[in-house]
Order: sequence, then C-alpha cells, then structure tokens
Amino acid sequence: MMALVPGLNKGKNQTKLIIFIAVVMVIIVLLSSLGLINQYIQSVIMSICINIIFASSLNIVNGYMGEFSCGHAGFMAVGAYVSSVLSLIFFTENKFIGNPLFPPQTALFLFPVVIIAGGIAAALAGLLVAIPSFKTRDDYLAIITIASNYIITTAINNISAIGASRGLMGMKSTMFAMNDVLPLPWMLIWIMVFAVICVIAIKRLMGSVLGKGISAIRYDEISAEIMSVNTNQMKLLAFMFSSGLAGIAGGLFAHMLGFINPGSFNIMKSTEGMVMVYLGGMGSLSGSVLSAIFFTFLLELLRPLQILKWVFIPLLLILLMQFRPEGLMGNREILDVLPKLKLFNRGGKGNGKSA
Amino acid sequence: MWTTILQNIFNALQWGSFYSMIALGYCLVYGVLRLINFAHGDIFMAACYFAFFIATALLLKIVGGGWLVFALTLVFTMLVTALLGITIERVAYRPLRRKGVNRLYVVITALMVGFILENGNLAILGASALRFPDILDKQIWQIGPLTITNLKVLVIIAAFVVFGILQFIVHKTTLGMAMQAISYDKFAIPLMGIPVNRVITFTFALGSSLAAVAGILFGMSYPVLDPYMGMIIGWKAFIAAVVGGIGNIKGAFIGGFILGFIEIFIAAFFPSSFKDLVSFIILLIILVLKPTGFFGVARSTKI
Repeated sequence: MMALVPGLNKGKNQTKLIIFIAVVMVIIVLLSSLGLINQYIQSVIMSICINIIFASSLNIVNGYMGEFSCGHAGFMAVGAYVSSVLSLIFFTENKFIGNPLFPPQTALFLFPVVIIAGGIAAALAGLLVAIPSFKTRDDYLAIITIASNYIITTAINNISAIGASRGLMGMKSTMFAMNDVLPLPWMLIWIMVFAVICVIAIKRLMGSVLGKGISAIRYDEISAEIMSVNTNQMKLLAFMFSSGLAGIAGGLFAHMLGFINPGSFNIMKSTEGMVMVYLGGMGSLSGSVLSAIFFTFLLELLRPLQILKWVFIPLLLILLMQFRPEGLMGNREILDVLPKLKLFNRGGKGNGKSA
Repeated sequence: MWTTILQNIFNALQWGSFYSMIALGYCLVYGVLRLINFAHGDIFMAACYFAFFIATALLLKIVGGGWLVFALTLVFTMLVTALLGITIERVAYRPLRRKGVNRLYVVITALMVGFILENGNLAILGASALRFPDILDKQIWQIGPLTITNLKVLVIIAAFVVFGILQFIVHKTTLGMAMQAISYDKFAIPLMGIPVNRVITFTFALGSSLAAVAGILFGMSYPVLDPYMGMIIGWKAFIAAVVGGIGNIKGAFIGGFILGFIEIFIAAFFPSSFKDLVSFIILLIILVLKPTGFFGVARSTKI
C-alpha cells in the first residue's frame, strides 16, 4: 500500500526506453507523412497525448499531494489563450499589432517558445490557487479551485480583445507556416515530443526529494511540517508545476484545433481530467497515462451518444468510486503490476507504447 | 437616484432570499455530514422542473390559478424533491459512508450526481427552454415611486418563514438535537441509541424540500427553465453559505442576503457580466482572509 513512487533508474535502461519511444514516434510520423495514417487517427493520437499531459499534471495535485483540485481546465485556458495570442502576434497578420513580428518561417524554432510561454503564464495563474492553499484544505480548497476555474473563464468572456465568448481562431496558420518550410505533420511531432517531455519531467520531479515532500503532504500534513518539510513551498511547487503543465497542454490543444472559446475550458473539461486521474489511480503516473489513452478512446466511441455521453461519464466515475476507489492501478506503477516489462528498464516507467 | 436604490434594495432582498433558501440546504447537509453536497444546486433545478410539471398538471385539472394550486404545487413539489434527495443519499452517498472511505470520494460522487441530473435532464427533455405557468395573478403595488409585486413580497416572506421553521426544528425538536449531536461527534452518537442513518435521511429530505420551496418560487419569478440553471445558482448559494460560515444556519441565511445585495448592486452600476466574476473573487478573498467565514467556528486538529 505504501509503495511510494519508485525512483527513476538513471543510466542505460532509461536511455533504452527513450530510444524506444523515439523510434515509435518516428514510425508514427513517417506513416502519417506518407499518408498511411489518416487525419482522424492522427487527431486521436494528438488528443491522447494532450490528455496524457492534462491527466498526469492533475495527478500531481490530486494524486501525489492528495489535495482536491477540480478547476484544472482554467489553467489550460490560460495556457491556450496566452500561447494563441503570442502565436498570432508572432507569425500572422493579426488584429493586435498588424504585421507579424517575425517572418512566419521562424515558427519552426519559435513554436516551442510560444507553448512554453503559455505554460509559464498558466503557472503564474496557479498562484491564484496556491496562495489560498496555504491556509485552507480539502473542502474549501476544492471550492477555491472551482472558483478559480470560473474566474478565469468569465474573465476571458469579458475581454473583447481576445474574442470574448465568440472565441479566438487563426492558430492553424502557424502550423501551415511550419509546413511551408518542411512538409511534415508538425503538430503531431510537437505534441508527442511535449507529452514525452512532460511525463519524464513529472517522473523526475516525483522521484526527487522535492517530490517526496509533496507525497508527504498526502499522508499527513502536520507530521510532514514537523519533520521539516516546508509544506507551503511544496504546495506552491505542486500547484504551479501542475498548472504550468496544464497550460502547455492548453497551448497544444489550441494549436491542434485552431479555434478556442471559453466554453471549451469549463468545469466539464476539469471533470474529464478528474475522471482520468481517478480512473488511473491516485499517485500513479503510468495509471494516468494508461487511463488517458483508454478514456480518449472511450470519448471517441461515445461520440454518437452526444449529450448522453455526459451522463455516462459521471456514472462511470460514481461506479468507480463505489467499487474501486483506488482506480485501475491504485498508487502502483505499471512495473509493479506487470514486472515482465522490466526488460526495457528497471524501476522506471513502462509506458513506452503510449507516445 | 434614491428610487433606484430603494428598488434595488427590494430586488436584492428577493434575490438574496433565493440564495438564502438554497444555502440553508447546503448548510444542513454540511453541518450533519461534513459533506459539501455539490448536487444541491441541481436538486434545486430538478425541483423547478417538478414544480413545472405538477403545476401544469394541476392547472390543467383545476382551471385557473390561485392560492390553492400554489399550495398544492408547493406540497407535492416538496415531497417529490425530498424523495429525490433521499434517493441520492441512499444510492450514492450511503454505500460510501458505510465503507468509510476518504471524504474526497463522497465529494466527487456528489459533483458527478449533479452532472448526471443536469445532463440527464437535457437528454430527456431536450434543450428547449420551458415556460413556467402563471400560478398566481400578478399584482403590482405602487408605494410612492416604488413598484412592488406580490411575488417579491411572497419570496421574501417565504425565506424568513423557512428560516424560522428551520431554527425551530434544529434547536427545539429531538430530531434537531440529534442532527446537532451527529455534527458534534459522529462516533459516540450511535452508541447513545440515536438512529444515525434515519437522522441523515431526514436531513437530506429537509434540505431538499428547502430547495423545492426555492425552486417553485424561482420558477414563478423567472419563468424560463433550463437544465443548467441550477449550476450557477447552486454555486452562488454555496458561496453564500461559505461567506456566512458553513455549518451555521444563521450564517448561511445572512450570507445569502449579503451575496444578493452585492450582486444586484454590481449589476446596477456595472455591466452585468461582471456579476459572476465579482462574486467568485469575493469568495476567494473571504476564504483567504477568514477561512471559516463570518460566523463559522475554527476547528482545531488533534495531533
């Protein structure tokens, strides 16, 4: 039960795993640029990767730290909007400053900068939750997170410069600009790269001393404080890191769709994230990754049900809470469940097939 | 100028009454179970719909409107909504309580029950907004420059009556004592022979019927029903309960009026889209400054 996150085995095994993931990614990219994978499957792969970032970042707060954040989509909105506006200003004819700031060909190198800027902005928005979290906990913190989600979406709704409730579009042209330089499925590449980087970053953080401090808060905050864990600092770190990664997911989401509006980051989106986290298991990174894959497929399957989909998903979560509250993996990593995967790496993550 | 302010005070009293009535329901459940019943706003929404169907059925049977139809609709709606509340507690919350799981899971379940109520309603009845029938004839009284409708007065009176009845139940009856006792110590009370589950069922029935009173009056005041109406009002009522200090009946009642005043006056002097933003920001500020609300009592943690 008390199996904490196994530390990452540095060295050869990790290199092996990364090489394996890289090979899988190259194969996917080659297949899609040759047109063997159609647009729909590409978009499903992209959604899977975005959901992986979203779910595993939420897992930092909801799983590892054991707090209850249910307004995660708000940070996604911040990241999406900031990176979209930057991308419009940088590379396209826009209504903000007129001509593009840089020649559109530079999108190839500046795109990650735009996305990471969105992530940083979202991390700053995470302060909105992190600072009240020093004093308040569980129930009240849940309220604060939901309030922050509402505050962000209604604030966006009131800013007419970025389209208010009508939404913002035109991010696709950044992708087209990249395509003009080199005809590759750039969006797919960037999303997969970011997903891998984010998962590895979370893994490394949680295996470190800081990450152990965050986990200590889950077991007993007061004891952790007594044992010289600086809980305020840990909360700040967890909230900001988690919201920053959500912002990166939001930026990628915006560039994938090419259109965003505040309605797509409402409490429903946060619920999707929560479903993924609790389905995978609290404090299990591979669980989050697996459940993000499973859940995205489920959403695609349920698409014909339209509104009934939103009856089905909460029902799924309720049943989960009743019969298996610990989720699929339940605080264990995939290697504890299937030790055979250790041929790739020992004590690391075994989600090589995910990206 | 003074006329608008007086008029707004009246509107704020009406608006605050709705918040107060819903906040009282939140407050009861929280006080007894230490559970934020996130589905409460959607129970209010369901109550509006129940009232709509019961009222149209009754109005079709008994031609016209009037106080008889109002009373019958009120009673039936309260009964049906109480049943809904009891069912939700029985099906979703009680098994979890039996297992003694983390409170977090119950909160998530409550949130999900709310979503099921909203979207189930949308799936069953479709997205077209329904129009609530006119149960009472509208009377408009002119007192000097003020216009007062009988509905507004009814809503405000109803809120105070509900508050009085609730105070009586909680402080003067055996059941109320049992509720306070469970809130005080959940582990010793079953040993004293108090049927905990029965008291909790009663609590949910009471909270839901308060939501039903709010629902029918809301339907009469703002006659357009839509499946997501409970969400935002539920949240606001919850903010009201937090402002007053959750788990405190007087606090919830006063908090509802405070929030009502804030919202109405902001809508009067600023664009109305700022309303939600400001009330959520106020919530954040209050939670940072006074985490237990205005009337709440801080609980110490034993180590």
